[in-house]
Amino acid sequence: MLEIKNLTVSYGAISALHGITLSVQSGSIVTLIGSNGAGKTTTLKTVSGLLKPKSGEINYEGKNIAGLPPHEIVARGLSHVPEGRMIFANLTVLENLQMGAYLVRDNKIVRRELEFVFATFPRLKEREQQIAGTLSGGEQQMLAIGRALMSQPKFLMLDEPSLGLAPLLVKSIFEKIVEINRERGLTILLVEQNANRALEISSFGFVLETGKITLQGDSVALRQNPQVKSAYLGG
Amino acid sequence: MNFRHAKTFLLGAIALGFLASLAANQINPYWLFIFYDIGIGIVMAVSLNLINGYTGQFSLGHAGFMAVGAYTSAVITNQFGELNFFVANGIFAVSLYAGGLAAALAGLLVGIPTLRLRGDYLAIVTLGFGEIIRVILQNMEKVGGARGLSVNHGYTNLFWTFGLAAVTVYVVASLVNSTYGRGFIAVHDDEVAAEAMGINTTKYKVTAFVVGSFFAGIAGGLYAHSKQFLTPGGFGFMQSITFVVMVILGGMGNSVGVILAAILLTLLPEGLRMLSGIEHLPGFSAERPLGWIGDTRMIIYSLLLIALMLTRPQGLFSFRRKRN
Repeated sequence: MLEIKNLTVSYGAISALHGITLSVQSGSIVTLIGSNGAGKTTTLKTVSGLLKPKSGEINYEGKNIAGLPPHEIVARGLSHVPEGRMIFANLTVLENLQMGAYLVRDNKIVRRELEFVFATFPRLKEREQQIAGTLSGGEQQMLAIGRALMSQPKFLMLDEPSLGLAPLLVKSIFEKIVEINRERGLTILLVEQNANRALEISSFGFVLETGKITLQGDSVALRQNPQVKSAYLGG
Repeated sequence: MNFRHAKTFLLGAIALGFLASLAANQINPYWLFIFYDIGIGIVMAVSLNLINGYTGQFSLGHAGFMAVGAYTSAVITNQFGELNFFVANGIFAVSLYAGGLAAALAGLLVGIPTLRLRGDYLAIVTLGFGEIIRVILQNMEKVGGARGLSVNHGYTNLFWTFGLAAVTVYVVASLVNSTYGRGFIAVHDDEVAAEAMGINTTKYKVTAFVVGSFFAGIAGGLYAHSKQFLTPGGFGFMQSITFVVMVILGGMGNSVGVILAAILLTLLPEGLRMLSGIEHLPGFSAERPLGWIGDTRMIIYSLLLIALMLTRPQGLFSFRRKRN
């Protein structure tokens, strides 16, 4: 569904990705793990159009989308949940979700998506009229994911959904991710520092180190890999 | 402001402005001109609030757009001699509109290339733009250059000033409270996230800039026909700062707060001046016992601003719109 070929991205003179190649199968959960500064967020931002690549291809459903503006990429069904949640703090929960459906013209679809999001995250329904900035961290993460779902994506990119959340919440967020993947057949590319959990729920994984893919394979195999174990899984 | 009552508010304010303008000859002219300044201040502050408050950009060139509107409308009405009441007001309306359009065009011209910039950088560019306008006007002999331009007609009255102030408040409120308008607040809250949602953030920023400049141009026209004399120096950087202070003091993105701040900041220097003119206070034998206030008026004004910012850094009213 998504194929990245020899993608290089740089911030001014500093190169962040030196030609990475990866692919994501339709309907699967694929994870990208790596330490701080490896280029995980850069990869997602480039796919969603927030950053322009220096060279390389990003093929989505057979078409190269590299360098397109973000709103055209969202319109094609790619949705990005940015790192650190980045909800609209001054809008209500409902308005945040409606902003997610910004490019959806049909109100019926918006209502249907809204129902799905509220069914997935009942907590958001309870807080519908609350100003989003006053939600707890976990609720904000639910909102960020819910908001991304509102654009009717076929492909969802999640950047560090577990960041700064209590372990119990992390568990429930990951369960929701699996649920969304199963119920909607949504393809998910998950970027995580919590490699253990990410490999548990994904079918395939890539390891990114300082701008290069150094390892890839079945998630089960990666979890057994001694290198991955010592570097990312805590021995 | 509760948006449901916005239309009632709009009609009420216009009607009130109309009634007040009928009674204008009963009002002390000194006060009348202060009222004009208040109304113009409201138009400027509320329109700047769309850019700096709701959309979260930082423009330091609002007085520049005001200048474009002021000169445009003045040049138009100066083409005509004495006219009867209805024709005069018609021409005035057209000239105000033209001033607004000219300012909006200037806003668009500045906006498109510069709004890709963020924060401080945008502030510096808009500051530079305001200065460019001032310098161009200073060197345009056709509008009097540095000597200034005298405006033949004093068309500005309470009806126009407060009617247009009400229209500005109404338009900005409708824009921000519409489904489309949530995009402004989304851009304000998080530009990256807004972009990731598929919102064309540049388009929103340019829209905010163009609409804001349009109203600044209209305020300029009101200003021109109230003061009846324009100098490029009157639209300098300090003037822009005054409007920015109104927005910040009012609470970025809160129309009611910004209106109150515009009123307060126009009245405060005048109020202090009046205080200093008090002849005798009980218990004082000296003439003008508060005369020192007059001499240190601007220092007191600045100190009050500092005190206000220290005690209410979020502005008189904060941005959050609703609470549950």
